[in-house]
Amino acid sequence: MKSQTLLKSVSLLSLLLMFSCFKDKKTEYASAEEIPVSREMIAELTAPPHVPAPVGKRKAKKLIVKMEILEEEGEITDGVRYVYWTFGGSVPGSFIRARVGDEIEFHLQNHPDNKLPHNIDLHAVNGPGGGAESSFVAPGHEKVFSFKVLNPGLYVYHCATAPVGMHIANGMYGLILIEPEGGLPPVDKEYYVMQGDFYTKGANGERGLQPFDMQKAVDERADYVVFNGKVGSLTGDGALTAKVGETVRLFVGNGGPGLVSSFHVIGEIFDKVYVEGGDLVNTNVQTTLIPAGGAAIVEFKVEVPGTFILVDHSIFRAFNKGALGMLKVEGEENKKIFSGELMDNIYIPEGPGIQTMPTTDEIKESDIPAKSFAEQMEFGKQIYGQTCIACHQSEGQGIAGAFPPLAKSDYLNADVDRAISAVLHGLSGEITVNGEKYNSIMTKQMISQEEVANVMTYVYNSWGNNKTVVTPAMVKKVSGK
Amino acid sequence: MRTKFFRLSFVLLFIHMFSFGQSEGMVRIDGARYIPLYGRDSTVVAVNDFQLDVYPVTNQEYLQFVKSVPKWQKSKAKKIFADGSYLRNWKNDLELNDTELLNSPVTYVSWFAAKAYCECQGKRLPTMDEWEYAAMADETVKDARVKKSYNEKILSWYEAPRSNENEIGQNAKNFWGIHDLHGLVWEWTSDFNSVLLSGESRKDNEKDNNLFCGSASLGSTDLMNYAAFMRYAFRGSVKANYTIKNLGFRCAKDADNIK
Repeated sequence: MKSQTLLKSVSLLSLLLMFSCFKDKKTEYASAEEIPVSREMIAELTAPPHVPAPVGKRKAKKLIVKMEILEEEGEITDGVRYVYWTFGGSVPGSFIRARVGDEIEFHLQNHPDNKLPHNIDLHAVNGPGGGAESSFVAPGHEKVFSFKVLNPGLYVYHCATAPVGMHIANGMYGLILIEPEGGLPPVDKEYYVMQGDFYTKGANGERGLQPFDMQKAVDERADYVVFNGKVGSLTGDGALTAKVGETVRLFVGNGGPGLVSSFHVIGEIFDKVYVEGGDLVNTNVQTTLIPAGGAAIVEFKVEVPGTFILVDHSIFRAFNKGALGMLKVEGEENKKIFSGELMDNIYIPEGPGIQTMPTTDEIKESDIPAKSFAEQMEFGKQIYGQTCIACHQSEGQGIAGAFPPLAKSDYLNADVDRAISAVLHGLSGEITVNGEKYNSIMTKQMISQEEVANVMTYVYNSWGNNKTVVTPAMVKKVSGK
Repeated sequence: MRTKFFRLSFVLLFIHMFSFGQSEGMVRIDGARYIPLYGRDSTVVAVNDFQLDVYPVTNQEYLQFVKSVPKWQKSKAKKIFADGSYLRNWKNDLELNDTELLNSPVTYVSWFAAKAYCECQGKRLPTMDEWEYAAMADETVKDARVKKSYNEKILSWYEAPRSNENEIGQNAKNFWGIHDLHGLVWEWTSDFNSVLLSGESRKDNEKDNNLFCGSASLGSTDLMNYAAFMRYAFRGSVKANYTIKNLGFRCAKDADNIK
């Protein structure tokens, strides 16, 4: 019995020793330069928004990257064509994933159909031009150069052939990720997003094949600011996806050439940002700045389902120039974190009942009474534009379910006195207009009797109504004053 | 009767030559001093009167050449003078691929091959200064480089794919009567590599060769520089034995020879 225990403990001890032996074997290298490489491996390259598999715990290798340059026509937005210059046939170019200590043998292949020489400057390279000088390649040729990866981080690569700005503006940029020893912490979803600005001869949306506009590029007046090379690449079928509870990591780059990105995801807070793609990690970030020719890694857990919008928060770029993408999250609602809409109430500042518009002034009769029907219409239109348009809308169409229409309105045309009363005294409770029920509140309008007559004449003589002419006398009669 | 006809045609030929002062298929270009966009320190360059082919050399013409000079046939050309893609769009030594047109410019030819062709015709390759001088004309003026339309047209060609498959002469002739200097293919020049471009354009900026000094200034000259940047970048990327799909050539001749 005793000997057995002894044996057990001895074997346990030896096992421990063995482990510690293995542990000792794992050498710390003085610098990344010292890390030896074993074996060759062809690098997996992916088109956006996908990224290659993480490096995980693999050892440093000789990594062979074969990148083909293609000049090809594509669509920048519906009906607008553009000749892109690409690394690997996509904008941004293929995503390269390596680890510290890898020795990258880079093959840059310039397709024979191409018109121009190109090269590549990888920000992950320690060497002149980031490889640009060694990779300058004529159409129909291939250049090979090699570099040792020393610094971890997310880096931009781009073409640096004259005119540099034009090569970048046409889409020649992408990202190379250098993972630290052991890899980045695992997450559930990883995506590749890169912003770029485009300068076309025609204005945004002008159809046909649009050439590059050098002058606009020099002035930094972009017609398109987009994620992944075109308007809508990350919306609809292209939207990124995740499930509730997953952690999403976005590798976000900015190719420029001109603009800096204020990257933001509407409805999410970045739990972690690897600032500028480096080692510094910031937490709880709303918007992160990504310089042209720079990158950032952002991570966040999606807690609730819904569509989250990726934008450049220089917001006109998002809604008018294309810098808008979507992350669709599916899964169970979590009312604790986000309730959704609970109620839609009328907001009334001072208690219930029909409200008057806050004003201290007595209603003044207009100094210039309308002398003719034409003037009534003219003044009435002005009043409508100031007073009624917000709810009833510019063409009297109203807003379904909230504000009844004034155009071709049966309720309006049926009873002019009732309509005058509504303007003078306000109206609340359920009414039926053109077959639709409305239960809302219209406030008493603080306008003069003359103005009521004018605006109602305008409404009755617009949008298919019955052309009643409302006079100040009719208004006076209803008001009882 | 027969001698009379002979004499007449001779006289006609003579008059023809005298009145135009040029060889068949070439036009005379009056030389001048001009400042190339860049090159030898942006100084004034003198171009003497010379003649230049109206069109780039076509597949048809090159076919005639390799028939008479077999050492330049596809299978016989030495690799040191023409790389592996030499006449890649040819089926064999004396036939083009079915998709190729006889009247398209010959491409996939090396500098050595182009030079040999021109010499065989009693001509030579134009110098870069000559080529740039002839190519800065548009339809109406000798130097159109400051015109926005001229530069935009060139830039748009740089973006147009597969133009080498077009036939010659589809681009309007320029002031000198020359077609296709822009809009069809790149063209070899005799001293294409005399402007050294390292391939790292931003570095060139700081070098004393001044290649890219223009890029620092703003204004109308910028666009014109950009159009030319790409030509110089292209020339900088090639070696004399390279053969490229979008690279052809045409020949030149000193004007004095026939005056």
